[in-house]
Amino acid sequence: MIVFANGPVIPNFGGGGSTFACERANRLFCPNWVSQNWSSVLWPALRQHIVLTVIAVVIGFAISTALALLAYRRGWVERPVVIVTSILYTIPSLALFELLVGVPGLGLSRTTAEVALVSYTLLIMFRNTLTGLREVPAEVRDAAAGMGMGSMRTLLRVDLPLALPAIIAGVRIATVTVISLATVAALIDDEGLGAPILQAISNEVFKTELIVAGGMAIALALLADGLLVLLQRALTPWARVHQ
Amino acid sequence: MAQTEGPSAYPQAPPSAGSQAATLELRDVTKVYPDQEQPALSHLNLKVDAGQVCVLVGPSGSGKTTAMRLINRMIPLSGGDILIGGRSVLKRDPVELRRETGYVIQQIGLFPHLNVNENIATVPRLLGWDRSRIAARVRELLELIGLQEIGKRYPAQLSGGQRQRVGVARALAGDPPLLLMDEPFGAIDPINRNRLQDEFMRLQHRLRKTVVFVTHDIDEGIKLGDRIAILRERGTLAQYDTPAEILTEPADEFVAQFVGTDRALKRLGLETLAGVKLVELNGIDVGDRRVPITTTVRDALSQVLAAGGAALAVVDGEETVGAVTLELFGGLLRDGTLNGTQSEERAAR
Amino acid sequence: MNSFSQALDFIGRNGQIPGEPQLPTLVHLTLETIKIAWIGVGIALVIALPIGLWLGHIHRGSFVAINVGNIWRALPSLAVLAIGVAFLGLGLRNVELALIVLAVPPVITNAYVAIDGVDRDVVDAARGMGFNGWQILRKVELPLGVPLIFAGIRTAALFVVSTTTIAALTGYSGSLGDIINNEASYHLSGVLGAAMCIAALALLTDLLLALIQRVLTPRGVSLEKHPARTEAIGPPLAENV
Repeated sequence: MIVFANGPVIPNFGGGGSTFACERANRLFCPNWVSQNWSSVLWPALRQHIVLTVIAVVIGFAISTALALLAYRRGWVERPVVIVTSILYTIPSLALFELLVGVPGLGLSRTTAEVALVSYTLLIMFRNTLTGLREVPAEVRDAAAGMGMGSMRTLLRVDLPLALPAIIAGVRIATVTVISLATVAALIDDEGLGAPILQAISNEVFKTELIVAGGMAIALALLADGLLVLLQRALTPWARVHQ
Repeated sequence: MAQTEGPSAYPQAPPSAGSQAATLELRDVTKVYPDQEQPALSHLNLKVDAGQVCVLVGPSGSGKTTAMRLINRMIPLSGGDILIGGRSVLKRDPVELRRETGYVIQQIGLFPHLNVNENIATVPRLLGWDRSRIAARVRELLELIGLQEIGKRYPAQLSGGQRQRVGVARALAGDPPLLLMDEPFGAIDPINRNRLQDEFMRLQHRLRKTVVFVTHDIDEGIKLGDRIAILRERGTLAQYDTPAEILTEPADEFVAQFVGTDRALKRLGLETLAGVKLVELNGIDVGDRRVPITTTVRDALSQVLAAGGAALAVVDGEETVGAVTLELFGGLLRDGTLNGTQSEERAAR
Repeated sequence: MNSFSQALDFIGRNGQIPGEPQLPTLVHLTLETIKIAWIGVGIALVIALPIGLWLGHIHRGSFVAINVGNIWRALPSLAVLAIGVAFLGLGLRNVELALIVLAVPPVITNAYVAIDGVDRDVVDAARGMGFNGWQILRKVELPLGVPLIFAGIRTAALFVVSTTTIAALTGYSGSLGDIINNEASYHLSGVLGAAMCIAALALLTDLLLALIQRVLTPRGVSLEKHPARTEAIGPPLAENV
């Protein structure tokens, strides 16, 4: 099931010249290898990973926001949506990726991976957006209505801005979750930082590649998390600071 | 045994069997919070007789809640001592002390995961009473607060007023000699607050507990208290007296301001027509205006004014016992019938 | 849908591949997965619950308790597992270690938030009535914290089940992930069949825990109109604004 288009250049262990001493010894971190393979392996993987994530989060955001707005108006929508998205969320990533591969029309492709990744974002963002909207204080909405604001304007000017902290928190969590899960996506769509990780453990364990690729995935997730926290603070200066 | 100074409309019931009450003394009590320069309480001295309701009133920041929480050692004492029934609280284990002290806070804090019966049974359980005794006690208390049927319900299913009453019952369950109440009716709407206050007085008439009652509402204090301690900012005692004395002779400008400029009227609210020498009825035109003898003097004045100054007949049950006229009130103030001395004598009988 | 019906066949035959009797069966691998997962979760609970509950009770360590959860969420389980393998080599112990490391944070964070977040007035009333600290934890904070505590346990359990299957990718054999890793032998039908089993296992695990949670939740708590954050499945980590 593991298909590799362009794998990294792993020098033969036990052969080759003195320049490959570090790799041959399979030490934890070989700076040489990193600089040699950065542009051919690591950077493309990182780029692909970011693309995978952004697409999944954007699509997931669109769908979940639409559903949340619907549930905000018509309460009965909430239950079925939560049930379906919960089930999707509960299915382990490995299983979901493979199940989707079996669906005719999908196969080993980026689309399949995206479908799975989007599914994981739905529950989180749906729930956070809906909760954020619902927690807008009733008296604030009442005041808006009393001042003659129609429902659409109230939604845009009052509800959504006040729900923003919760919404962004949802985006934040979804993003970080997707970054983590996208590593497994390499299984069915040879892209992203999961590819070098899987390649590194395919035969013998090539420690440097493993550590570097894994470390990059973790760093990417933490960076995204941090940036989104800053974004949240920048957009909502009036929000209370928890903790 | 001290009587409440409230309207003596309530029947003089003997204290219910087994109900105990202790004396309370705050001796030179001082409290300094670590992050503040000024003390929250400064050399407070207060004595409460057994079976009395002592109301602590004051503006916010006056340390009244602090004083109350020092009594059951929810916060530590910085200086001085507190004696319950003559025993220093400092010499007692705090946890045990609290099991023997009733504690009611504004938000009540009913345990959401327990039903009403279980909530009320909390302290008896902690004290190790046996099952049947606990069950009997819970029944007794539910009857006392008039909520016999709701024993199996959960706090989420109760109204605000019901929760408050259950909270009071819970505090009384262990039959504590001392009851501490911190703005227990503060979060309730005025109508229900009135009802709860009346119910509290009814309970107190029956049980005669020693109560420390904290409130920021001077009217509530006047209504419920046997003696009122008015605290200034930073916890110094401005006056500690019966309601009547505070209203007729405020100790200083602060107290006078605090009780309000209508204190003469408030003073009239402490007395009913039963304690007043009524006008003879012969020939006065009272129309069909009647007031029961249990009406407070203040309410009677109000009704006379509403009738345009006309006289009212006063009835005791079926019998008409006299009349009130506008001139009567003037006379009351002139001859000092309402300055407190005469009503105290009457009460002592 | 042909592959799916083939997958069902695969399940029906207990994952036996004609001609290759030495391959582990579906039942065997499922049981192995369950065993590994539950050992991991069990140990994680023993470590994490006391810490989280205690920190919540004394209302300390919120920075650590909350952020450990945030960092945890950022860890791709594949990477953690793989790095663990790189350092320690293959073997059940090492896989379990990785699983425990991954399961502990959500339990700590949620246990902390559950206990720390109990209505302060209720705790104050309890203290004022004469409960000592231990009694407050046992009789007041714990019952009221059940929903959130279980949310953490469910998250951890889900995560562990999921990661156990991924372990196969790192070369550890002994879980349902083996089948997925070995398409050559099991063919696509096998892979799909295994995927369905994994999904079912995860859902049933969560359902089981949900039932236990319902049994343990005091009635008065389920009646509350404004429940503390008690989410069903899903990312129940202290989702704060």
